Amino acid sequence: MTRNVIISSSFHLIIILITAMSLPFLAKKPIDLPPIVSIELIQITEKTNIPFAPKAKKIIEKVKEKEKLVSEQAPPKIIKKEKPEAIPLPDENIEKVQKLEDKKQNPEKIDNKVKQASEFEKKELFDPNNIAALIDKSKEDVGETAEKTFKVSQNQDNTVDNIGLSLSEEDALKAQIFGCWSIPLGLPYNENLLVRIKLKLKPDGSVIKSEILDHARMNKPGQGFYKVLAESALRAIQLCQPLRVPSTGYERWKDLQLNFDAREMLEG
Amino acid sequence: MFLRYLIIFVFLLPINSFALIEVDITRGNLNPLPIAVSPLFSDKETKSNLKKTNEKEDIGSEISFVIENNLKKSGLFNPLNKDSFLQKPDIAHLKPRFEDWALIKAQALITGKVTLIDDKLRVEFRLWDVLAAKEMMALAFTTVPSNWRRVGHIITDKIYERLTGEKGYFDTRIIYVSEEGPKTKRIKKLAIMDQDGFNTKYLTLGNELVLTPRFNPTNQMVTYLSYFRNLPRVYLLDIETGIQEVVGDFPGMTFAPRFSPDGKKIIMSFAKDGNSDIYTMDLENRIVERITNHPSIDTSPSYSPDGKYICFNSDRSGYQQIYIMKSDGSNVKRISFGKGLYGTPVWSPRGDLIAFTKLHKGKFYIGVMRTNGKGERLLTENFYQEAPSWSPNGRVLIFYRETKTDEKGEGFSAKLWSIDLTGYNERLVDTETDASDPSWSSLLSN
Repeated sequence: MTRNVIISSSFHLIIILITAMSLPFLAKKPIDLPPIVSIELIQITEKTNIPFAPKAKKIIEKVKEKEKLVSEQAPPKIIKKEKPEAIPLPDENIEKVQKLEDKKQNPEKIDNKVKQASEFEKKELFDPNNIAALIDKSKEDVGETAEKTFKVSQNQDNTVDNIGLSLSEEDALKAQIFGCWSIPLGLPYNENLLVRIKLKLKPDGSVIKSEILDHARMNKPGQGFYKVLAESALRAIQLCQPLRVPSTGYERWKDLQLNFDAREMLEG
Repeated sequence: MFLRYLIIFVFLLPINSFALIEVDITRGNLNPLPIAVSPLFSDKETKSNLKKTNEKEDIGSEISFVIENNLKKSGLFNPLNKDSFLQKPDIAHLKPRFEDWALIKAQALITGKVTLIDDKLRVEFRLWDVLAAKEMMALAFTTVPSNWRRVGHIITDKIYERLTGEKGYFDTRIIYVSEEGPKTKRIKKLAIMDQDGFNTKYLTLGNELVLTPRFNPTNQMVTYLSYFRNLPRVYLLDIETGIQEVVGDFPGMTFAPRFSPDGKKIIMSFAKDGNSDIYTMDLENRIVERITNHPSIDTSPSYSPDGKYICFNSDRSGYQQIYIMKSDGSNVKRISFGKGLYGTPVWSPRGDLIAFTKLHKGKFYIGVMRTNGKGERLLTENFYQEAPSWSPNGRVLIFYRETKTDEKGEGFSAKLWSIDLTGYNERLVDTETDASDPSWSSLLSN
């Protein structure tokens, strides 16, 4: 027993001594470190995301036309086949189904859900059998379109490094969402107002799935403002669809996290 | 052994993984939220029955106008023009076609239905998220038909709370001093109205001068100052019953009685032995307690919502500035340090801000600052304006503004104005007569 204690304590002592000996203040000469110069690495894309100025475009086109006129050996003008403009036609089938649904709806059936409230007594109208569905709904909103598998060729993937979005790509996306997000002004500015939403995107930038990461906070008592903020962020995403994502590197940004932070705006 | 190597090998395999890209969205727009308020549907039978009992035939439509008007005045919502609606109210209430509402750029939709059951008005409404295509809220109210405007206000409060995250302020009333006649001979009466300017009632006859009415934060009692035989007298008035009682006669100049947050005390300033200080009076035992004791002029006291602190103005530094102290009068601390004179500080019901009137270079400003005196923001500037009073949710201020009298001695007027904390949403509050000294009640439905 005592032998073991002696062995253990001597072993510990050795370790402590080794640690103490190697501490930096015991070194005779402090190493003179040069001052640290911070360097920010910025990813520059091949093409800028700034939209081509329409005025400049017109001028250039005019100049080109003039040049074409001067040229004697002008190639025969290739008339592009005009594609019919994509007009969002209402899906007839959907409308038919909708109409059928409307016909089927029995007003009395709805009334049954609405319970009689006494004078100025308020009562939430909800179906107790449908609670689970309500909880699930608020957790994640799955886009209307079904998820499809998008094949990204290996070559395309190889051109992209394992990095985040470039500054111009990020700015384009931010600028788009800034315009769509109506910040609820009634929120307390001294609370934690960060909503993190994880998105699954299609290559065209439309949203397949959106998920609030701090979902548990939504239903906590006294956190009503968080729910309001989260809903406003989801509305912004819906409104902005399809998102302005880079044209290449789908694998890189197919999963995207947006951190909505209202503090800066609300504090003024 | 083989299994161990295999596991190590699998971990060492180069995996082409991508870190999750995070984008911080720190800005958004402060544009009002586009909202569609569909007229509340009522069938023919209800309409004909309502016509017999009420002046209004289509109460459903009228309620929707009340809601729309409230939301628009808040400055946070942009109710869309009803002419652009594609879906009829009856079908919209059962199941909205969200595509139709999204097409007119609505982000939220309100639908509803009005029925008359046993001479009682039953109003149900639903709030829909158009973009997420789901119901956000559904409620029903039953009341007497003549109460339809109030139902509109209560519905607005519910919608406002659901969409902004803070309580509404629409089912409230405003008490003010109604003014009539020439400036030199004004008749001043106490008047009360709904926050949207409807249902005005006069509470006094105008024989005596009335000043500074203030609501009790917990119920529908009002305290005000009136001059009886040239002596200032503090009154208590129960608006529901109309019963009025004298709290006490006070010597010299008495100013602005105001309730404590629990409604059990009145705090005011009055001059005793030529020195104006702050006093409280317990309404149960009528015991007067002195809070400040300083040779300077201390006036306009206002409690913090938790009742622990009092803000007031004092000229103890040489100029009129805002101070805060503990409710027992200790720890007096100056919080305003800007240029000009500061007056009428009022603590926000939310507790985070203090509203004030400021006089600087001949102009009057209504502004807010944090309770530590930092973050001063001037919301509005004018020739003469004062007496801000907070909405119960601490988002909007109501105050009064006077216009200049011209050379002929005409053109003077006093009107109520409201402004929200952004400083952009400034609105004239409709009153039947000229008006001053407004005070906002707490929510009636609480």
